[in-house]
Amino acid sequence: MPRKDKVLVANGQGFWGDSLLGPIRLCREGPIDYLTLDYLAEVTMSILQKQYLRDPSKGFATDFIRMVDRTAPELVKKGIKVVANAGGVNPMACKEATLGVLRKHGFKGVKVAVVEGDDIYGQLDSLLAGGETLANMDTGAPLASVRERVSSANVYLGAFPTAEALDQGAQIVITGRGTDPGLVLGPLIHEFGWKRDQFDLLAAGTIAGHIVECGAQCTGGNYVDWRSVPDMAMVGYPIIEASADGSFVVTKHAGTGGLVTPRTILHQLVYEMGDPRNYIGPDCGADFTSIRMEQVGPDRVRCTGAKGSAPTPTYKVSISYQDGWKALGQLTISGPDALAKAKLCAEIVWKRLAYDGCTFSEQEKTVEFVGANVCHAGIAVPHADEPNEVVLRIGVKGADKAKIERFGYELVPLVTSGPPGVTGFAGGRPHATEIIGFWPALMRKDKVATKVSVFES
Amino acid sequence: MPLVPLIRIADARSGDKGEGSNVGVMARSDAAYTFLASALTTEVVRRHMAAINAGGVKRYEAPSLRVLNFILQDSLGGGGSASLRTDAQGKTHGLALLRLELDVPQSVLDATPH
Repeated sequence: MPRKDKVLVANGQGFWGDSLLGPIRLCREGPIDYLTLDYLAEVTMSILQKQYLRDPSKGFATDFIRMVDRTAPELVKKGIKVVANAGGVNPMACKEATLGVLRKHGFKGVKVAVVEGDDIYGQLDSLLAGGETLANMDTGAPLASVRERVSSANVYLGAFPTAEALDQGAQIVITGRGTDPGLVLGPLIHEFGWKRDQFDLLAAGTIAGHIVECGAQCTGGNYVDWRSVPDMAMVGYPIIEASADGSFVVTKHAGTGGLVTPRTILHQLVYEMGDPRNYIGPDCGADFTSIRMEQVGPDRVRCTGAKGSAPTPTYKVSISYQDGWKALGQLTISGPDALAKAKLCAEIVWKRLAYDGCTFSEQEKTVEFVGANVCHAGIAVPHADEPNEVVLRIGVKGADKAKIERFGYELVPLVTSGPPGVTGFAGGRPHATEIIGFWPALMRKDKVATKVSVFES
Repeated sequence: MPLVPLIRIADARSGDKGEGSNVGVMARSDAAYTFLASALTTEVVRRHMAAINAGGVKRYEAPSLRVLNFILQDSLGGGGSASLRTDAQGKTHGLALLRLELDVPQSVLDATPH
């Protein structure tokens, strides 16, 4: 049953590593009903899984706890609800840490919910034995071919468990892996009572969620016409002003920097897009081309017309696995003749390594001269003038960790045994780090059981 | 017809998709979209981006948004954390495509804001 005409859902965190100011300012600078926060990427799940295996009290996004600590007084006073995928591979530990912070602030009776069921790492062998192949969506290879190297496996859950947690009165909902748009769709399902077969409405919430999921990327960040964006330093994070009929206004708080126009929103609509007519999510398909945008005020864009379709019988699964080692290092080489000397430095590294029996194929190594046409090499016309300095960025990858480590020894010596003007070795010797491979797969929805639990501070 | 870079008539944003990237090209007028729908073919994009993209190019059309979405299928040097490239996520691929120079009819330029 609809309870409100309009619901304000803001996103304060586009990814783990986004500015801490996003959520803090959204709580402070104007009204919001919901604060959503996205902390997870594929690589993050693998890192969190390793932390958890070393220490069972870890494996979640610790930035979230810092955020709750900073904003708790405002969250409680204003009754702002929070939906965050900060649980990582250990949402219960994240919940404990969250309750601990709330108690520290003296807030009693705040309800914190946990959504579980996305983490299938512990069930992989029984799933494989039960006939799920978890074949790689891109290559078709069965998971069995990398099974012993798998480091995490999570289903992208839909938004209904989050809505259920809110139905049970939770003020803070902590999930593991779900889709990013689901962080916004969950509150809208809860507020407006949208049903599982109302595909146009679910698609509207999904598209709204997609527009705000990368934070300021829809309010003037990473925008081609960047000179026209006012006060980028104090950019406002996005707010969805949602209505029960599926229409919504994208906006930001008055007085904040940035820009909200159909053009800035379109920049985000196409971000990481595949087939614009068929965005496949766990709760529905969404047709991005059905959206109509209209500027209805300063920094206010009304979006209408979203069309959706029935969801597929499968969930997408994000699996990560150990896929070798890499090392990357860089040195700064000043002019005169910066580029020629940087090229010589790279040749020296490979020759010294080869003397010690350490060679790499072309596919296993990289050499970049940053400042002298790296990002668009072969596309942009190189600058005619000799650069006054370049950064030599050099690296290797491969299966043999010892060989990758050996590479790291031959970079810094160039300062004293290479051409003149080599500096900027502050990072020291580069070390081998793990390459984490992604394994996208599908699995039947009926094999996944979600669970919602509510706790109190 | 004047030879102008694509950025004169379109915006773009790019990001990673598995071992490739997508570049969403947003025409800034109806005339620009109509022109680009015929001029900005997968073959033109494949040739321009060949130094970045070792794979094929797929194109999706969304006229209601004035968008052409290109998937560069092998453009990240391995993808994800396996890439040794500076731009391992394809963040700058949109700007690389906007450097493409095209013969654009004067009527399209007149109808398209800078």
